Amino acid sequence: MTGNEAAAEAAVQAGCRFYYGYPITPQNEIINYMAVRMPQVGGTFIQAESEIAAVNMLYGSAAAGARTMTSSSGPGISLKQEGLSYLAGSELPCVIVNVQRGGPGLGDISPSQSDYFQAVKGGGHGDYRIIVLAPSSVQEIADLVYDAFDLADKYRNPVMMLGDAQLGQMMEPVEFYKPAKTYLPPKKWALTGADGRPKNVIKSFYPVKGELEKFNGRLQEKYRRIEETEVRYEEINTKDAELVLVAYGTCARISREIIKKTTEMGHRVGLLRPITLWPFPKEALKRLSQKAKAFMAIEMSAGQMVEDVKLSVLGRREVYFYGRTGGGVPSTKEVLKSIIEVLPKIKAVGSVEMIEI
Amino acid sequence: METLYAPPKTLHRIPTHYCPGCGHGIVQRLIAEIIYEWDMRGKTIGIAPVGCAVLAYNYLDIDISEAAHGRPPAVATGIKRVHPDNLIFAYQGDGDLAAIGLAEIIHTAARGENITVIFNNNAIYGMTNGQMAPTTLVDQRTTTCPEGRSVDEHGHPIRICELLATVDGCAYISRVSLTNPKNVQKTKAAIKKGFRTQMRRKGFSIIEVLSPCPVYWRMNTLDSMKFIDEEMSQTYPSGIFKDWEKEGS
Repeated sequence: MTGNEAAAEAAVQAGCRFYYGYPITPQNEIINYMAVRMPQVGGTFIQAESEIAAVNMLYGSAAAGARTMTSSSGPGISLKQEGLSYLAGSELPCVIVNVQRGGPGLGDISPSQSDYFQAVKGGGHGDYRIIVLAPSSVQEIADLVYDAFDLADKYRNPVMMLGDAQLGQMMEPVEFYKPAKTYLPPKKWALTGADGRPKNVIKSFYPVKGELEKFNGRLQEKYRRIEETEVRYEEINTKDAELVLVAYGTCARISREIIKKTTEMGHRVGLLRPITLWPFPKEALKRLSQKAKAFMAIEMSAGQMVEDVKLSVLGRREVYFYGRTGGGVPSTKEVLKSIIEVLPKIKAVGSVEMIEI
Repeated sequence: METLYAPPKTLHRIPTHYCPGCGHGIVQRLIAEIIYEWDMRGKTIGIAPVGCAVLAYNYLDIDISEAAHGRPPAVATGIKRVHPDNLIFAYQGDGDLAAIGLAEIIHTAARGENITVIFNNNAIYGMTNGQMAPTTLVDQRTTTCPEGRSVDEHGHPIRICELLATVDGCAYISRVSLTNPKNVQKTKAAIKKGFRTQMRRKGFSIIEVLSPCPVYWRMNTLDSMKFIDEEMSQTYPSGIFKDWEKEGS
């Protein structure tokens, strides 16, 4: 099954019955799959007139208390940003899949990770955050889609699955285990018709002076709670690593290969793979920066996640960067070459003292 | 003593922020009256637009959502698909519906989405101090066409009812006004008919209400009503443009 189909099927398994989409490559497998699958499970599939309409249909279904999803790529995700800002401001749970392609503009349809800033820093207006999950295999896409719906409901917050054209289109075996039952708060806030209860209002508008700041304070508290409890990452060979690679998604797959090779060559290179891009595993990087001599971010972008790596390491260690853009997928060989180039410099740093943080 | 008339309980008894002579208060009161008279509070979900009417959620005592500018029909679609048995209405102004949200209104109508849109057409952007709207009349002055709307420079006004009448999927399309008690009652009847259309699952319904905006028309309230009756209704004639009951469906 392709990664895109896995994302779609996992959403169905997770109880999503309302999907709104608009065609754009490289995520068309999702919309095509949902067109067939949603009617089979008594759900709603609408091919909207635009990505803007799709994200606002999502808004409606989320406000009505349902599990709902939309998917798109690059230019389409840009069009959805206003909607995302409203969804975050109205605290509506929903899942957005971004199968990243190259940009800016129409760019191309090849794999890319250049929507990182847009996803984790808030591509729309206002002080808001969305939870961003970065799978690196088809199985993990399926698993994380389950979690995406739970996280969305748990925090009343939009969750983005940030994949790319390669993850979306490659085929791997995948198992859809039964989603774990987690306790989720009842949606007492949802719009159902105010039958025998006070009315519910879904809004993000606070025109009275002071109201918005109070509301934003509450949002920020929620975001701190998410940062404290929901950070996920994977570490490989980081214990004695002199150099720690930091990579997610497709680049994390490549990095695994690189680590195998560098270990064979006798170098101490590890990998930190963020699974949540927001919240970002800054504490883990901070901890690693006590021992490791340097870090290297590997991305299919001109250098976006590397900024968060630097912010986590806070100048204590050198942070190198290897990136390709415009649909260029780094080969193991070329990344390896640039690692070999910097390794003597890193080794020359000598033994590092434990830095108290 | 017998109470012959009381304000509907679905309307909060608070002052609105609407300017003197504004039409929004009348239309929203009519909606509240119908919901109350039909005992539909437990089934109704409204959508308030960006613009003056956004605060409708402060006045109507029903489940209600805000929507991004122009997107109430899409939000209504998302809600209706979750709650197909509920009464879902979107309230929109002319900038919201006929400019930024034109794609949403046409496609929602074309899908025959079983919702009701109440379209408050006052031919101006009120919330932002009176700019030209897509429905601004030719020669009408606004802050962005201070010499009056010129066809050469600003193009033509858009007639939404006539436009939507060409779209299959519309079950009921009506244009009404608020210029006298009789017309207000006609507006109420039209909204009722729109809601009935929806509850009988006949498809998309829209009621366009020609509505005064005296402050940004720079007119007094009486002249505003006269302006609607004598000028606005030349471009936007009242009437029923589609009616599922009269088409034998």
